[in-house]
Amino acid sequence: MAQVSIRKVVKEYEGGVQAVKGIDLEIADHEFVVLVGPSGCGKSTTLRMIAGLEEISGGEIAIGGGVVNDIPPRDRDIAMVFQNYALYPHMTVYDNMAFGLMLRKFDKAEIRRRVENAARILDIGMLLDRKPKALSGGQRQRVAMGRAIVRDPKVFLFDEPLSNLDAKLRVQMRTEIKKVHQTVKTTTIYVTHDQIEAMTLADRVVVMNHGVIEQVGPPTELYHRPATKFVAGFIGSPAMNFIPARLEHGSGALNIHLPDNIVLPVPEERRSRYASYAGKEVLFGIRPEHLTEIRPNDHRPNLAPLHLTPEVVEPMGMETLVHIWLQGTEISARIDPAIPAEPGRPLALAADMGQMHLIDPQTDRMI
Amino acid sequence: MALDATTATAGPAMAPARPGLTLQRFARRRSTIAFLMALPLITVIAGLVAWPAGYAIYLSTLNRRMTSFIGLGNFEILLDSETFLMVIWQSCFFAITAVVLKALLGFWLAHQLHHIPTKGQRIWRGLLLLPWVVPPALSTLGWWWMFDPSYSSLNWILNAIGAPSVPWLGEPWWARISVIIVNVWAGTPFFMIMYLAALKSVPDQLYEAAAIDGATGWQGLRYVTLPMMRNIISITVLFSLIVTFANYDIVRVLTNGGPRDLTHVFASYAFQVGVLAGNIPRGAAVSLFMFPLLAIVAFFVLRGVNQRSKEMA
Ligand SMILES: Nc1ncnc2c1ncn2[C@@H]1O[C@H](COP(=O)(O)OP(=O)(O)OP(=O)(O)O)[C@@H](O)[C@H]1O
Ligand SMILES: [Mg+2]
Repeated sequence: MAQVSIRKVVKEYEGGVQAVKGIDLEIADHEFVVLVGPSGCGKSTTLRMIAGLEEISGGEIAIGGGVVNDIPPRDRDIAMVFQNYALYPHMTVYDNMAFGLMLRKFDKAEIRRRVENAARILDIGMLLDRKPKALSGGQRQRVAMGRAIVRDPKVFLFDEPLSNLDAKLRVQMRTEIKKVHQTVKTTTIYVTHDQIEAMTLADRVVVMNHGVIEQVGPPTELYHRPATKFVAGFIGSPAMNFIPARLEHGSGALNIHLPDNIVLPVPEERRSRYASYAGKEVLFGIRPEHLTEIRPNDHRPNLAPLHLTPEVVEPMGMETLVHIWLQGTEISARIDPAIPAEPGRPLALAADMGQMHLIDPQTDRMI
Repeated sequence: MALDATTATAGPAMAPARPGLTLQRFARRRSTIAFLMALPLITVIAGLVAWPAGYAIYLSTLNRRMTSFIGLGNFEILLDSETFLMVIWQSCFFAITAVVLKALLGFWLAHQLHHIPTKGQRIWRGLLLLPWVVPPALSTLGWWWMFDPSYSSLNWILNAIGAPSVPWLGEPWWARISVIIVNVWAGTPFFMIMYLAALKSVPDQLYEAAAIDGATGWQGLRYVTLPMMRNIISITVLFSLIVTFANYDIVRVLTNGGPRDLTHVFASYAFQVGVLAGNIPRGAAVSLFMFPLLAIVAFFVLRGVNQRSKEMA
């Protein structure tokens, strides 16, 4: 078990592609960190540099205090779970898990003890004599995790371990991974492009985009206080609505002017923060869950009523999603399924202005 | 069991009632159609394989003038002959040594090629394939020149670096080694290309997983690469063993069995006995000798291959 330090790390592939452009990250002992971001943002590259499978072009990586830039994977004391499992097809499940221990010259009894222990944690005891071909996807996934657990390494590395599983199994294995981490507490770095996986698993989430880190923080912080437009749009599903707007002073208040002559008041406690943007073009951000029907006895402060006409209505069961077009910008709201909503009929909605965001369109950063 | 018995008897019992219908049904059965469609191929195989083989077996049971049946007589005489026992020994020595060397060299070359970038790989692959592509009778003639007692370029090189000349084809052991050298030279590219393809089919992630599990390059080779290639290795070795056992042209061109019949293998000896010496039945008996040896090897190899391919993906 160990902390991991990533300092100014750069990865440039042959041909000049910069996949990772100088990232800094400190990961504490026992921490579960998730790297998340869209396809091609450099998550796998970062993970593979930590594993030693990819050379580091610049900066340094330290595991447990020692710089590992020039140490081959086998001496880094890490374990990795691959997206397609990478189980050895010619070995039984038992041998797949025992292989790393055998290479490290553990004695037979200790190997057996560890493999059986891991098999018990993962509930694969009855599969030990099978070959990987005779396993289902979820079972292979467990074996791949077992192979990591038996080693008792300093760090676990996961590269999209669940993306080959069907939706239901994915949710189940997600819980399993969390449970395993709570049991063994090994420092874990987990790569995914699925923000829900990131939110549910992570102690801290690292959002990457185009080879740089956009923001690092606990899931709730990323949700409530995103630092950039990218993070705001990436975390949360359905994604946050972004509406072009103007900030204007008016009768002792600060107002947000949206298309279609909609005017929303900025809550009092935020006025000083936004004052310098008065008279300027901004981007108004609000999550669909903060754009709801008007509820009786709703005590949330800073609710602003507005009337909008949905064009598409999607009943989801526990809620209904309505989509509205505001002069070319699509926005969505989440309303109570009991509210009768149909396309073309105006709805009385309320925006929770306490949860609003303003973005500077010049820098794409939060104001 | 009782149920099985009743259903089993029900079919035949009903069949005589409507013979026309049964025939139709027989023609419509999938296995019948499959058999009919495979019939042309079966005919060709029968004509080109089964018939010559059967004929060879028949021939081997005749006397020299092919006038009377003598049973296993030819085989008895052969097994009593010291020359033939030498041929068996020499054939096995030649085939096994050559195949082992070809497999090792081929694997080493494939491994080297696999680790150079794709761009440079092509030209090397092409060059290294050449010995395999040149007709063996021609290339062996080239080697014959290099081995020639008076003009040997190999000896010339040896002399130039101060080593004594080698009687390449004149002395039995050197002649045996020379035959093996030429066979290895011509056959290695086949192994190389097969192993290169096999190496490429091992997913990189397995090596990455092994590296993380703590394997050195050697351990990766021993515990991942070789086990993953076991089927290809078995099949190429089996195939090459068959072809090498039956090798004819190299021995014929290089040594013609000499010196003193000490480098003959089955095929060249069969030719010598059957065609040159005019005893066709005994020649057939010589060539039939390979068959049981190879059949046993093939049985075990193919059984292993079958089992492994069932277990692995
Ligand atoms: N071997 C390589 N040579 C050149 N460029 C590469 C190589 N591997 C990756 N890249 C590039 O580096 C960038 C980052 O790739 P990486 O695999 O880290 O993405 P990722 O975030 O893991 O994406 P995904 O979610 O699709 O797996 C991509 O633009 C990719 O094209
Ligand atoms: Mg990736």
